[in-house]
Amino acid sequence: MNLRKIFKYFFSDIIRSKWIPVYTVLLFALTSGIIYFSRDGQKAFISLLNIALYLVPLLCLIFGSVYNYNSREFVEMLLTQPVTRRSVFLGQYLSLGLSQTAGFVLGMILPLFIYDFSINAALLLAAGIFLIFIFNGFALLVSNMVNDKVKGVGILIAVWLFFAVFYDGLMLFMFYYFADYPLEKTTIIASSLNPVDVARTFIMLRLDMSALFGYTGAVFKKYFGSGAGIYVSLLILHLWMIVPSFFASKKFKRKDF
Amino acid sequence: MISVNGVVKSYGKSFKLEIEKLELKKGLVVTLMGPNGSGKTTLLKSLLGLVIPEKGKITVDGNNISGESDYRNKICYMPQSSPFPPNLKVKEIISITRDIRKKQNNYDYELYEKFGIESILGKKAGALSQGTRQRLSAALAFMFDSEIVVLDEPTAGLDPYSSEILKARIIKLKKAGKLVLLTTHIVNEVSELSDRLVFMLDGKIKVDRDSFRTPGGNGKEFREMVSKLFMENEPAKNI
Amino acid sequence: MSALKAGIILAAMCLMLFSESRSAVIRVGMSGKFTDVADAVNSASDGDRIVIEKGIYFVSGLNINKKIILEGEQDAVLDGSFLKEIITVTSDSVIIKNLTLRNSGTSYVSDLAAIRLENVKHCALENNVVENSFFALYLSSSSDCKISGNRIAGNSVSESFSGNGIHLWKCSGVTISDNTVSGMRDGIYLEFSTNGEISGNTSFGNLRYGLHFMFSEGNSYTSNTFRNNGAGVAVMYTKKITMNFNRFEDNWGANSYGLLLKDIDNSLIYGNVFSGNTAGIYAEGTNRVNILNNTFEKNGWALKVLGNCYEDTIRYNRFSNNTFDVSTNTSKNANLFLNNFWDKYKGYDLDNDKKGDVPYRPVSLFSLVVERVPEAVVLTGSFLVELLDAAEKIIPVFTPETLVDNSPLIEERGR
Repeated sequence: MNLRKIFKYFFSDIIRSKWIPVYTVLLFALTSGIIYFSRDGQKAFISLLNIALYLVPLLCLIFGSVYNYNSREFVEMLLTQPVTRRSVFLGQYLSLGLSQTAGFVLGMILPLFIYDFSINAALLLAAGIFLIFIFNGFALLVSNMVNDKVKGVGILIAVWLFFAVFYDGLMLFMFYYFADYPLEKTTIIASSLNPVDVARTFIMLRLDMSALFGYTGAVFKKYFGSGAGIYVSLLILHLWMIVPSFFASKKFKRKDF
Repeated sequence: MISVNGVVKSYGKSFKLEIEKLELKKGLVVTLMGPNGSGKTTLLKSLLGLVIPEKGKITVDGNNISGESDYRNKICYMPQSSPFPPNLKVKEIISITRDIRKKQNNYDYELYEKFGIESILGKKAGALSQGTRQRLSAALAFMFDSEIVVLDEPTAGLDPYSSEILKARIIKLKKAGKLVLLTTHIVNEVSELSDRLVFMLDGKIKVDRDSFRTPGGNGKEFREMVSKLFMENEPAKNI
Repeated sequence: MSALKAGIILAAMCLMLFSESRSAVIRVGMSGKFTDVADAVNSASDGDRIVIEKGIYFVSGLNINKKIILEGEQDAVLDGSFLKEIITVTSDSVIIKNLTLRNSGTSYVSDLAAIRLENVKHCALENNVVENSFFALYLSSSSDCKISGNRIAGNSVSESFSGNGIHLWKCSGVTISDNTVSGMRDGIYLEFSTNGEISGNTSFGNLRYGLHFMFSEGNSYTSNTFRNNGAGVAVMYTKKITMNFNRFEDNWGANSYGLLLKDIDNSLIYGNVFSGNTAGIYAEGTNRVNILNNTFEKNGWALKVLGNCYEDTIRYNRFSNNTFDVSTNTSKNANLFLNNFWDKYKGYDLDNDKKGDVPYRPVSLFSLVVERVPEAVVLTGSFLVELLDAAEKIIPVFTPETLVDNSPLIEERGR
């Protein structure tokens, strides 16, 4: 019961800050700019995909943690009231996720829908929502663990670099050094484990990029396109959403104010 | 009504709160005293659930507070530095608090008037001065007519007029049979109000005395005792 | 001398007119003299015209060995009942037109067709419809024939149990124009056939190739459309082929391409559009081929040029929206890339000559990785990959040093 109230306080607090409007306008400007300037739908979509896969998580991490650091007084004020820590955490997590989802939908999905109402836009929406909640979980986890704001944001940028860059670098490294071994299964497993890669692979395969890739592409397509692969990917995305936020809430429940 | 048993909380190696046993009963004003870093605030925050002890048990009216939240309906808290969310307006802070506490009682106009809240309702908490924030904090602590009122350094930064109102309110609560738990550095202040003194040092209760006030006296004995305690334990700082 | 020559020509023309006027029209059908097509053909003599009325006629193993015209009225259907070849032509100058032929026999041993031209000259197959046949139009050891306006539709499901739409074996000078072929194994197939002209055809949805050349020199194909075939168009083991103004579209699949070039020399590929193919052109053992003024768009790879290609010229082409522009499996390059438009080009043109002042390297680092380890494709679109590609473009380390367009066009030519 209190969760709804607490969600309401956090949500109205977040959307009143300049962040969400700026975030929305930024995404809107980028999206409509890309749609306007690129003549080709697919190319525009891939640019938008990059924004959703890389920029949105980065903004999530920074915004989520900075908000958490800045709302310390608010959290403390709430915690002196008869509310459970669980509902304060969930209220904060959900309002962070939903406010950013709202910004994402208004700034990115809406112009995309207007331009090209398709399954692609729906997939991008799904990927974006997953990533927003996953990376807000990370943001809250780190900002509840590390009290120093600068240090916390630094760690989160490292988290982003890991998922966005280093992980793929490790995969590339693996491809390079184990080129002579059969790598299909390893690749499927590796790309299933990173939420950014799951989202990207899933959408790229839906775009029928798989045909580019001969036999390998066919294997991936079969895996990610068939029931099992979809369920496993969704399961992994859910795990990424649940696990960091679970630990963030555990941390929050034991946190001293 | 509040009982603390074997509570331990440490911050690194430098500080450890250890409370063997502490019972706080209704209808009393209990004062926590002690030098900086002696664990007063940590103890208060433990009662509120803001700080989570490693060991021990705290009960309020016989119910273990660990992981609970409903008991806080009975407690109002005035924190030390009154950290309010800076982007919220005063009236929003009040309405959120009232909203959560499910108290739909009418505005306590006396409280509003005396603490000068009416004139700052539209202001953002971030724009308030320290003294004004303390006034707001005090008003919130007394607003809900709760069974237990916890005040952390309530008079620090508060103007003399508001301090007087605060004291009057404390007495009023006591008469109504509520428990008031407060910390302070200022000996004079508490000697007038307190029924019981808990003196803390290095996270432990050093002295726990009640009935120190001789009937008809003005608390001289008490003042002397506290001064002595401070002198002994931190002579350089607290004279 | 010239008067005598003129006289002979005049006489020949008179004779032709005379014989033409003597030729009979034989009708087959309800109101005709015959109800059976074979009977009509047997009774006909050179120069006769057989007109088949509306109706379904069961025809199987019909041999046309005289110079006749076999012509259908509307909805005249010859049904082969899946037995043998429907019509086999063994005489020169036979014309078969406006007929619908269906249900030829199927065989694993011989290439049964709806119409076979066997060792003939100057025949024409025009505006026929061929449905549900093993092979549709089969020309063997024939020359100077014309195949035009036919509509061939098969429903092939497996390569081994299906035939080709228009199949030429050891033919020369055959014109194949304005036909539509779909649902066969290969749409149009040429083996050991020379000097053919293939134009205005549409070949789509065939199991294997839209057009397939083997050992067939000196042919040209222009203004055809090859769409959505299993593997695209294949030109193999041949030379002197002209390929102009064709469209290669949506040949998309694991082992697919717009145009496969394999062991081909001295040919011209001009003004074609390659759009939406897995690989626009896949070139292997291709030498001295000019690839000029083509458009490559929305392909997975615009050009895959393997290391055994020499002295090819790739010039004035337009590359846009391809995942990879050029890929290769070698670090050396023996072909010329010049004055192409590349949409990924980020250079500038200070001297305003419409040509970029900085060279463009169309081979991306990632395409090399994918070439080496196909599994790496899962990283397509990855931020890291884009970073690496950008870095490699600035300071090339891995990509072929000489595979470079030194003077890329700065503006797109008119589409």
